[in-house]
Amino acid sequence: MTEMQYTKDHEWIRAEGDIATVGITDFAQNSLGDVVYVDLPEVDQEFTAGESLGEIESTKSVGELFAPAAGTVVEVNDAVADDPTLVNSDPTGAGWLVKVRFSEQPEVLSADEYAELTK
Amino acid sequence: MTAMTPLAQVHESAGALFTDFAGWQMPVKYTSELAEHQAVRTAAGMFDLSHMGEIRVQGAEAGAFLDMAFAGRLSTMKLGQAKYTLLLAENGGILDDVIVYRLGDTNYLVVANASNCATVLEQLQQRVAGFDATVADESSETALIAVQGPASAEIVSAAGIESEPLDGLKYYRAMEGIFEGEDMLIARTGYTGEDGFELYVPNHAAVSLWETLARVGESKGLQLCGLAARDTLRLEAGMPLYGNELGLDWLPEQAGLGKVVALTKDEDFIGRKAVEQGASADAPVLVALTAEGRRAGRSGYPVFDGDQEVGVVTSGALSPTLGVPIAMAYVHPAARDSSELSIDVRGKRIPATITSLPFYKREA
Repeated sequence: MTEMQYTKDHEWIRAEGDIATVGITDFAQNSLGDVVYVDLPEVDQEFTAGESLGEIESTKSVGELFAPAAGTVVEVNDAVADDPTLVNSDPTGAGWLVKVRFSEQPEVLSADEYAELTK
Repeated sequence: MTAMTPLAQVHESAGALFTDFAGWQMPVKYTSELAEHQAVRTAAGMFDLSHMGEIRVQGAEAGAFLDMAFAGRLSTMKLGQAKYTLLLAENGGILDDVIVYRLGDTNYLVVANASNCATVLEQLQQRVAGFDATVADESSETALIAVQGPASAEIVSAAGIESEPLDGLKYYRAMEGIFEGEDMLIARTGYTGEDGFELYVPNHAAVSLWETLARVGESKGLQLCGLAARDTLRLEAGMPLYGNELGLDWLPEQAGLGKVVALTKDEDFIGRKAVEQGASADAPVLVALTAEGRRAGRSGYPVFDGDQEVGVVTSGALSPTLGVPIAMAYVHPAARDSSELSIDVRGKRIPATITSLPFYKREA
């Protein structure tokens, strides 16, 4: 498994072959608060960089899942749609949101760079 | 500049996530705002509300002055009574909603929202002219700790506060107490829809009182609570929030607070003329809405009647207790009878139904 990378929008990306799994970071879930609703895209949906792929709603606010780069949705995590609390309890594991195939390189931060951003 | 309460260090050590609220650095949550909300409904929660404003009004004519300055009749309150009232502008707009405690024959405490404390103070200082009364801001010396929830009486009783027994203190009443040699005020008031207490103490006693309450409350399910839980609790209880449901653009009657305005009192009060004149027939009115599903209409989201935009949501959330979206909204009065209301949730229309406040009421 490759190393996890991060975006300025507080998402994480883990690439395995040509498929990348995307979710929101622990920092993001903590800032957002208890997640009560997750809206995810359709499989096969094509998207451009920066496009909203879905919404993560907590009691107090709404966060968007922004596409880190252009690509296509390969799989969505139906488990989080059924149980949105997974985003809080395991944001980088069972709380993953989408698997995508990027058609361009996303702009990413290393773990250290991301840690610096959220300091 | 961001102000800190005397409890800021304690919150930091407890792992609070902070937010800027009315210029104050306040805990928004400690762990999970849903767990905090639930704790208040089922056991107890403790809030730091030291950002709120405490203004002391004293003097031979303090009661008469307050009757003129506020929309409620305060001079006839009993000793130890608390009352919810409004500070109005001349045009009837709402400058703040406050709680006034009568603590002596000529001694009252006005508790203002943090965001409006400066306005309330300034207005009272102007309005006091000609009365034998004084207005003193005690906000910067006073900390406020709220313990709310069904277990709150048990917890506050165990904190080593010297006072008359709490069972004798009715809802919306206050009495004096002593904590570690310091005079304090114990009020049975709150903003959560549950039984609870608001404890006013001098700043230097705040940390000790907080830690004592946390310690004795631990076995009784007490959770430290932030402003996020406070907001969903007050929304379920149908209580307005200044800046959301209340403001200068609305008359009390539009906000459903007509009853708070004492038009029966003989004395004139500022804003009376405008309130008596009333709002125009098509002025927006505050309503309560519920919806289906899990997507909440939030502050600023438009409300539709069929295809016509008829209003705007002022507060909304997925109700943690009821499990459905709830909202308060200002709508055109005709929309109150509509069966085709919906909230525009970021482009998607969610059907909504008018209901009555509160959304949640505790069992007596």
